[in-house]
Amino acid sequence: MPAKAAFYDVDGTLVKTNVVHVYAYYAMNRGSILGMAGRTLSTVASLPLFGVLDSFNRKVFNEFFYRYYEGLSEDRLLTVAEDMFEDVLKPALYEQSKDLIAEARRSGCRIVLVTGALDFAMRPLARYLGADELIANKMQFVGGNATGKVIPPIIEGANKANAIRDYCAKEGLSLAHCHGYSDSSSDYAMLAIVGRPTAVNPDMRLRSIARAYNWPILDLK
Amino acid sequence: MRPIKTLQKLYDEESQVVITEKGSPPRALFSGENFLLEDLPVGTRVIFPRPPMEGVPNVKAAIRWAINHPEGMDPLHALLRPGMKLTCVIDDISVPLPPMVTPDVRQSILEVVLELAADSGVDDVHLLIANALHRRMTEGEMRRMVGTKIFDAYYPDRYYNHDAEDPDGIVELERTAHNEVVAVNRRVAESDLIVYVNVNFVPMNGGHKSMGTGVTNYASLRAHHNPKTIRDSDSYMEPKASALYKSNSRIGTVIDKHLKVFHIETTLNNRMFGGPTDFLAKKEEDYTEADRLKFQALRFTLGKIPRAAARKVLNAIPAPYDVTGVFAGATEPVHVKTLEMSWKQYSVPVQGQSDIVIFPIPFISPYSVNSILNPLLVQVMGLGYFFNLNRGIPLVKKGGVLILLHPAYDEFDPEHHPSYIEFFNRILPETRDSMKLEHKYEREFAENPSYVHLYRKGNAYHGVHPFYMWYWGENGRQHVGKVIVAGAENNHVPALLGWDRTDTLTEAIEEARGFMGRSATISLLRIAPTLLADVKL
Repeated sequence: MPAKAAFYDVDGTLVKTNVVHVYAYYAMNRGSILGMAGRTLSTVASLPLFGVLDSFNRKVFNEFFYRYYEGLSEDRLLTVAEDMFEDVLKPALYEQSKDLIAEARRSGCRIVLVTGALDFAMRPLARYLGADELIANKMQFVGGNATGKVIPPIIEGANKANAIRDYCAKEGLSLAHCHGYSDSSSDYAMLAIVGRPTAVNPDMRLRSIARAYNWPILDLK
Repeated sequence: MRPIKTLQKLYDEESQVVITEKGSPPRALFSGENFLLEDLPVGTRVIFPRPPMEGVPNVKAAIRWAINHPEGMDPLHALLRPGMKLTCVIDDISVPLPPMVTPDVRQSILEVVLELAADSGVDDVHLLIANALHRRMTEGEMRRMVGTKIFDAYYPDRYYNHDAEDPDGIVELERTAHNEVVAVNRRVAESDLIVYVNVNFVPMNGGHKSMGTGVTNYASLRAHHNPKTIRDSDSYMEPKASALYKSNSRIGTVIDKHLKVFHIETTLNNRMFGGPTDFLAKKEEDYTEADRLKFQALRFTLGKIPRAAARKVLNAIPAPYDVTGVFAGATEPVHVKTLEMSWKQYSVPVQGQSDIVIFPIPFISPYSVNSILNPLLVQVMGLGYFFNLNRGIPLVKKGGVLILLHPAYDEFDPEHHPSYIEFFNRILPETRDSMKLEHKYEREFAENPSYVHLYRKGNAYHGVHPFYMWYWGENGRQHVGKVIVAGAENNHVPALLGWDRTDTLTEAIEEARGFMGRSATISLLRIAPTLLADVKL
């Protein structure tokens, strides 16, 4: 059997939360009371806008969203990432996520997380799940502070598929034997290029796509 | 239907084989969730099931007698001691078909065994469903099988489904002389005593197969669930002609060497229909006016309501089987008695094979309880089970034609049969060759993490199961010259399965005669209830 990998989207697929919660956590941990209050309020005020943008275009959403990191120091972000994993991500993990990953590993798959979230925020999770590789967005830092810009290409939609294709080419994996897992129809491209796509807790659109193409549908709890 | 008074003399009431005469009544035949009413050509041999045997008058007393007078082992009470680990392993919902009216015989056995265990100071008792790679039974099904009292006392911690994919849940005992893996559930391996609670529906069930396939894993099942073993088995129902049975015996012998297994096997009669549907078990010649009306009403209703509703109606009718025998003790001597009783109920002597054989396919199979009989399961019913319902030689001649009655609809249950969908739509268009399927795709499906997950956490058949279903039809495929599915409602399902299709049975018979010659002999297996053709040349 050729070498293969299982690619997992993170938000909504392995964990119940999404990038908005992660950002909210950073905002809450701004350091000063005033800063915390200010960030929290502006985040809360922006939530409806995030929602609209997310449903409209994930790419625009991500670009818009990451600007909120501007000015935060790298050290601070890394420290908070560890806390954020313990406080936000770990409790939000679906109970069956680890089993799903263990089953993929038993069948000989490499484990790769593919997420639109930022790499430093996802690294503790990747370590916890024993992932072999993390494909995530990278924040640009200048002088130790985040610029609020993400180093292109932004990992979302079709770019997730490209990143997976490149990874398979680089590692000599058979794309046709690889597995893909996602909850969102915005990841259709990523699911469509792997030989074994699976919809996990899918949104309505992905559920109908999965039914049309006879992809397995998993409901993680 | 025609009046039949004048026809009474034309057949022997005792005989299970009726030769169709001019003026014989049309036959009421299952075709999925509905019935066909068909006139058969003169000279067609219709083979009916035997009437149901008398059941034991008191089931609990029969169970008590059997466990106190076991074959080749000490009585059960002598095997129990305080502080021991006892596991009762139970056959899953795939038998009997349809599920029996409550109390299920498994409940009756457990009520006796658990009481005895409690009286003997045995507290560490687990109830394990031997579902192998079948789907996990749902909570409701588990409750129905053992009754509320036992369910409430044991579920979910001490009454659960076997998990063939639990990485820590399987223990490999050793290998047989043929290098077959012998692996069993960890709880079973660590028990001081195992009581196997069996329901024997056809002679293929029971014996070494119970433990050998019920509580093991894919690695062990691969030893005999493969195309080669199936091809080497002349009959599934007759142990001495079955390579499958022999492989299970080798595995079972190793299990018996390592573990103490006390089998309790039960046989049922074939009273599949009761109450308002009891006429379905009669010969059409014996139908009363009331029976005809009931049949027409049932057929009309099932034809008018949506198929899913028809399925629900039919699945909701349990069968009033009677228990005809209870046998307990060591695997082999117990199973000999079970087989004897089984043949007594099901065997119908038939003289000679036929060129054309007709199988009406009903709505149910061992793998579609409370679900849909998808195209692969239609295939396994026709070419796997019905083709093999015989002793020695098949009812149809080598190179003959099988006619299956079923709508052959393209419907799958994504909850119970997710990997079947991919097998049917992706793999079958590429090849129908079992050997190629086994070598190229079987492992991929078996190890697919999504299917493993759906098997372990949902109620899905294991990813590899559609392959087993395809292999199961291997003997039939190798034997027959042509398969025609009469009444198929589309072209692509029969085409993917490699079959011809016709709209009606009459057209199918015409086509079969075109293939086999005008003088071709025809037999119809009037099933259900269950019967086994004992074909003599």
